[in-house]
Amino acid sequence: MKRSPGRGGLLSALVGTVVLALMLFPVYWMVNASLQPAGNTLGGGWFPLHPDFSGYATALRDQGHNLVTSLVVALGSAALSLALAAPAAHALARFRLRGTNVVLLGILTTQTVPSIVVANALYGAYNDLGLLNSHLGLVLADSTAGVPFAIVILHSFMRGIPEEIIEAARVDGAGRLRVFRSVVLPLSRNALITAGVFTFLFAWSDFLFALTLTTTDTVRPITLGVYRYLGAHTNQWNAVMATTVLASLPAAVLLVVAQRHVTSAATGAAVK
Amino acid sequence: MRSRPRPATDPVPVRHGERWARWLFIAPAAAYLLLFFGYPVVENVVMSFQRYTVTTFYTGDAPFVGLRNYAAILSSSRFPRTLLTTAVFTVGSVLGQFAVGLALALFFRRRFPLGGVLRSLLLLPWLLPLVASGTTWKWMLDPDTGVVNAVLRGLHLSSSGVPWLTGTSQALLSVVLVNVWVGVPFNTAILYGGLQDIPPHLYEAAKLDGAGSLASFRHITWPLLRPVVSVVLVLGAVYTVKVLDIILVVTGGGPADATGTIATQSYELSFRQFDFGRGAAMGNLLIVLSLVFAVLYLRADRRARTV
Repeated sequence: MKRSPGRGGLLSALVGTVVLALMLFPVYWMVNASLQPAGNTLGGGWFPLHPDFSGYATALRDQGHNLVTSLVVALGSAALSLALAAPAAHALARFRLRGTNVVLLGILTTQTVPSIVVANALYGAYNDLGLLNSHLGLVLADSTAGVPFAIVILHSFMRGIPEEIIEAARVDGAGRLRVFRSVVLPLSRNALITAGVFTFLFAWSDFLFALTLTTTDTVRPITLGVYRYLGAHTNQWNAVMATTVLASLPAAVLLVVAQRHVTSAATGAAVK
Repeated sequence: MRSRPRPATDPVPVRHGERWARWLFIAPAAAYLLLFFGYPVVENVVMSFQRYTVTTFYTGDAPFVGLRNYAAILSSSRFPRTLLTTAVFTVGSVLGQFAVGLALALFFRRRFPLGGVLRSLLLLPWLLPLVASGTTWKWMLDPDTGVVNAVLRGLHLSSSGVPWLTGTSQALLSVVLVNVWVGVPFNTAILYGGLQDIPPHLYEAAKLDGAGSLASFRHITWPLLRPVVSVVLVLGAVYTVKVLDIILVVTGGGPADATGTIATQSYELSFRQFDFGRGAAMGNLLIVLSLVFAVLYLRADRRARTV
């Protein structure tokens, strides 16, 4: 099986690079288009030889506050998801509660509930509660993706913490809350980062709740900003694509910075 | 593995009310899940039996109409088309993602320089916001100014260009292609993980027996990968059947309804026509479909664990 990285290895590396270049071509094209001068046609060339940043200037002017909205909502959703999921995951992993399996099954079942169904029912409730067009409303709705995911990721990690460590702390007289705060949470640092990164991205990427649970432009996440832009400004493709690049930035940055966490979560998400 | 501590040796005696303290850890998350999954599902069922429209928001009036919402959507002339589109979109996306994902997973299994870096960069399409991917593809697939048609013309494969977004069957193909592109990284990652779990000595033994690479794929890789394959396919179906973002951004459900699925129809009934009752009925159809896939998933998952 193991082959020395000789000629075959180099050939594979070459083929792999070409395949990846093809797969990532749309990402390149998005960046390339964002650096072209304003206009409604293909106009620019294959390479941004004379990068024109006017698209970004327009994008930031029109969509700057939508970026801030997205940041606030995504950070809020990540914080809420972790705050709800960490204690629950700890309890499910550690305490021998009757019904643990039922709860876990219920959490998995939430994955089959389509967001449009949630949005459909929440619209009426939000209308009565005054949560339409609010940051809080979006944070709560966006966390429907984050909370179950964070519970699953944190639960599978916390189950692996040796019982002896917990017992030792208990013998020292630590209460359940203290064990959780001073032993379990610090040990789960990596899993918390993974869950945090993904719950942030889920909320940042949300489009459907932004589309259905906001009716004005006061609280408008960047994803909805791109969509509305697309409808209104087809003559300014560079600005549309610059906004798209800005909306994609967190995903790209997190992939580079937290690569290890991302890869582990990609497999953890499905197989638990 | 962990033995249940006997009460006599338990260093901390279980106090009365301790059980309640334990439940307090779960209560906030449980309350949230009930409010944001339990309530919407129940409310959706209730709404689907009501005439729930814009006036309901002003008067609070939602008269009971029995099965009339369901009758209306099921007997609608566009419904057979919607069902077919949903099936084509789901099956096409899932099979496409799987085929490309398996090919890439098999490719990345060979060790070569840069392999690990390339494999993690491949995750990018999966992490991008769907709106961003959809917008980029819409720009690339534009029949007149898009780069895809420019390439096809340049290679003399098509003189007039393909109407990717404006032709009815081409538009459906386009949204499937975009969705395949989005799903390939996830499929590759899971299948690659499954391949890593196959013991290498099996391949060495097969090689000694004179088996070629095709034979060892058929007799070793495929049978051992089967449980993971089922999980990937069913999970893909669960996620794909409710996809809305990509279709709304790339084609908006058009042209002439050609890319309208059950999910986009549910959105359109509720939030464009403000007929929340029918939108809810359509949404419930989607839940039933998802549940069918979920049952398949749990069965596939159990098989994956027992192997």
